[in-house]
Amino acid sequence: MDVLWDSGESLPANELRDRLLTPAASAANRKPLATTTVLTVLSRLETKGFVVRDRGIRPHRYRAMTTRAEHTAGLMHEVLGSAPDRQDALARFIGNVSPQEAETLRRLLETIPLHRE
Amino acid sequence: MLTTALALGVLAVLLAWPVPVLLARSAWPAGSPGVALVLWQSIALAGGLAMIGALLVYGLIPFGANPVAGIRSLADHLATGSVPAGTSLDHVLALCGALLLGGHLVLNLAVTFVHAERQQRRHLNLVRLLSEPLEGRPGTRVIDHASPVAYCLPSVTHSATVLSRGLLSLLDPPQVRAVVAHEEAHLAQRHHLVLVAFKSWHSALPWFPIANRAENAVALLVEMLADDQARLAVDDHTLATAIALVGSAGLGRSPEARFSAGAADAAAFVSRDRPVDLVTPRVRRLLTPPPRLTAAASVAVLGSAAALLVLPAVLLAQA
Repeated sequence: MDVLWDSGESLPANELRDRLLTPAASAANRKPLATTTVLTVLSRLETKGFVVRDRGIRPHRYRAMTTRAEHTAGLMHEVLGSAPDRQDALARFIGNVSPQEAETLRRLLETIPLHRE
Repeated sequence: MLTTALALGVLAVLLAWPVPVLLARSAWPAGSPGVALVLWQSIALAGGLAMIGALLVYGLIPFGANPVAGIRSLADHLATGSVPAGTSLDHVLALCGALLLGGHLVLNLAVTFVHAERQQRRHLNLVRLLSEPLEGRPGTRVIDHASPVAYCLPSVTHSATVLSRGLLSLLDPPQVRAVVAHEEAHLAQRHHLVLVAFKSWHSALPWFPIANRAENAVALLVEMLADDQARLAVDDHTLATAIALVGSAGLGRSPEARFSAGAADAAAFVSRDRPVDLVTPRVRRLLTPPPRLTAAASVAVLGSAAALLVLPAVLLAQA
């Protein structure tokens, strides 16, 4: 996914494999990655909606469905989200704070001696 | 049998209204959140058992002299499709009520657990994809986002604590350590199980005001428990500063600045009313620590929590 996100364009599977191989794998001295493995992963990612396949030309080209930033935004929306049941399932360090509460907290902050640096 | 049904009914009513109201109003839970959390759980469980038990025992009156014989005889009568003499409509209704209430509560608990589990797994997958581990802490992941956020993702195999870049830039390293210790306490003490159980109780009985009150009280107690764990790692003032800084971080910034990624939803988020303040009591408690319960008082509370759980069973056995 990182390679696809970084490239920002659509890639055929074998080129994706080459990019995956270059930096990390040679250093780790691992078994070379087969294009079929990459294809398997890609088709799974396609079913999960992470990548889209361009079937117009052969070999099929793959690109990321949404950008990394969009995924992060979705994740953060889920965490901060407006749907109450979602945010309850993920216990946050600080839940939603109303403006009045935030103001109270700011005043309390000034009373903490350690904070004045 | 009738007196047992009445006694269970009285117990159910007591546990459904005056007892939780008193507990929610009292001040000692802030000093000993763990003891209070045990008491809340036993009140919820005993209340449910007493309510179902009262209906069941009343409904079984025409079937037998005690609940066990009654259930046997009920099974026989169900097989033949007949009812014993003296069965009136309210006995049948009580039996149906017991069955519906019990089934509703159990099913709702199962559904809520499955739902939460699925959501957490999905979220964990996305987090793995989008975050990188914090140097030196394998279970802690950092996600690139400006809002200061920290939360934990419980999972059977790969629990994770997630921090945002915004949090790391807002807090100094000891404060970050306090946050991480807090979240790891949630994970280690399996707080999500208690939270999900009370959430399911609330969603099963949405019209029941006590369930809402209990859910909020338990949420606050769980946070205090995790704070107490974090206090073992850092001093009270560091933790209080971290909480207050994160809590007041949104002040003085426009909603758009708080949510550069999801500006459209920011309005909904800001206006969402949350009935109970779960943050300022935590800070106040760290600044002026409330007295802990004495050992004798803790034993007394834990003893009554245990007694509450045993009471419905004893009442049933004596019928």
